[in-house]
Amino acid sequence: MTELPPPLDLLPLVQRERLLAVGLDVSFPAGTRLFDEGGEADRFWLLRSGEVALDICVPGRQPEALIETLGAGQLLGWSWICPPYRWHLGARTVTPVEATEFPATDVLALCAADPELGYALMRRFIEVVAGRLQATRIRLLDLYAPHGSGPP
Amino acid sequence: MSTVTPPLPYRVAETRTETADTRSLELVPAGRELPPFAPGQYAMIYAFGVGEVPISVSALHGPYGGLVHTVRAVGAVSTALHDLRPGDTVGLRGPFGTGWDLDAAVGQDVLVIAGGIGLAPLRPVVHAVLDRPDAYGRLGILVGTRTPGDLIYQEDVERWRGRAEVGVTVDRPGPGWQGPVGVVTTLLDAFALRSDRTHALVCGPEVMMRHTARALMGRGLAAQRVQVSLERNMRCATGHCGHCQLGPLLVCRDGPVVGYDRVERLLAVREL
Ligand SMILES: Cc1cc2nc3c(=O)[nH]c(=O)nc-3n(C[C@H](O)[C@H](O)[C@H](O)COP(=O)(O)OP(=O)(O)OC[C@H]3O[C@@H](n4cnc5c(N)ncnc54)[C@H](O)[C@@H]3O)c2cc1C
Repeated sequence: MTELPPPLDLLPLVQRERLLAVGLDVSFPAGTRLFDEGGEADRFWLLRSGEVALDICVPGRQPEALIETLGAGQLLGWSWICPPYRWHLGARTVTPVEATEFPATDVLALCAADPELGYALMRRFIEVVAGRLQATRIRLLDLYAPHGSGPP
Repeated sequence: MSTVTPPLPYRVAETRTETADTRSLELVPAGRELPPFAPGQYAMIYAFGVGEVPISVSALHGPYGGLVHTVRAVGAVSTALHDLRPGDTVGLRGPFGTGWDLDAAVGQDVLVIAGGIGLAPLRPVVHAVLDRPDAYGRLGILVGTRTPGDLIYQEDVERWRGRAEVGVTVDRPGPGWQGPVGVVTTLLDAFALRSDRTHALVCGPEVMMRHTARALMGRGLAAQRVQVSLERNMRCATGHCGHCQLGPLLVCRDGPVVGYDRVERLLAVREL
């Protein structure tokens, strides 16, 4: 199988195959804690179905504050790319989830051995991170509030 | 040439509370009737003694056969309209403006993307597509709101789920919300967009529309396949007063619905 949902479908076929060779098909029931903020970021997932909530601990607030959800076709986890290799947020499945899981050490080894793959993959991740940054900026505006884009 | 005509009296047949600050009004003619409206067009609604504002048609035929408008109370006039009761009278002018170009979408997928009250002018599009399912391909309805309680037309949205690919996302989830959290464009990842056969119709705050149009273009959709509904302050609605000028366009007459290819560069310019 070489089919990959976006954002990895744009990788060249050979590299897609190499990447998939280190991926594992996994599934989680609803309510599974995938990782906690501050934990070792040693993998990432390509979500094939279901919904995952990203959250952050706020003292005095239970449950954790929900930041954003990710669903089918989206990448979960980029903290494995850069130091300190710790999760910035926590993650929990909201519904049953099916995904492909990629161990960071394997993927980083692939990237080191095949810089072309590394370059293509990093470009895809930059796109994902840039998209999330832009989405976060837009949410900061609180556009749907009365006078959402600022005082009249 | 269009001229400013006096408003016709319309009676409020029914009101419906949509959210804490938004209500729908069904208006029936108290005498003479205005010409029929098309999805995306708007009326100038006059709250007697307060003022007149542009409000889109949010259903062409309500339960009483009248025009439905959905009003969010943000200032003096919209609050006066929001507070109307059945039996009250308003003045109505219209129909004004360009509607959504649904002819261009015949035989193609229709992707409706709304932010907040922006779902109001798009609801007649959903009705039109669901009324003629054979004429169109897939129907996607993606909606972003501030909180779950700010979603307008909640019952409609639930009904649409069976007949269209529907996604609702919120910026701030409340307790009990099980759905997606994030900006509306994140819902695009779950919609298998066919860029060569999709028309996207987008309405919401201008920043949201620009962000959405760029996300669609990033997925290969040509700007000509993206329609947006502009919301500039307007007064005469007939292209005379110049209040709503956007570069070469008078939004009241040349809009509110325009192809994104026509406005992409104008929207990014400050203080145009
Ligand atoms: C073509 C068109 C269709 C519209 N359709 C709808 C609709 O279906 N439902 C609805 O609730 N509203 C709609 N609006 C917006 C509505 O016209 C304004 O909310 C209304 O004019 C505000 O008048 P006001 O006297 O209540 O408030 P004001 O005192 O005039 O303004 C109150 C606040 O709202 C802001 N505001 C005023 N007009 C606009 C505007 N056009 N866009 C963004 N912010 C504005 C002002 O800057 C101010 O902050 C539409 C506007 C246009 C141009």
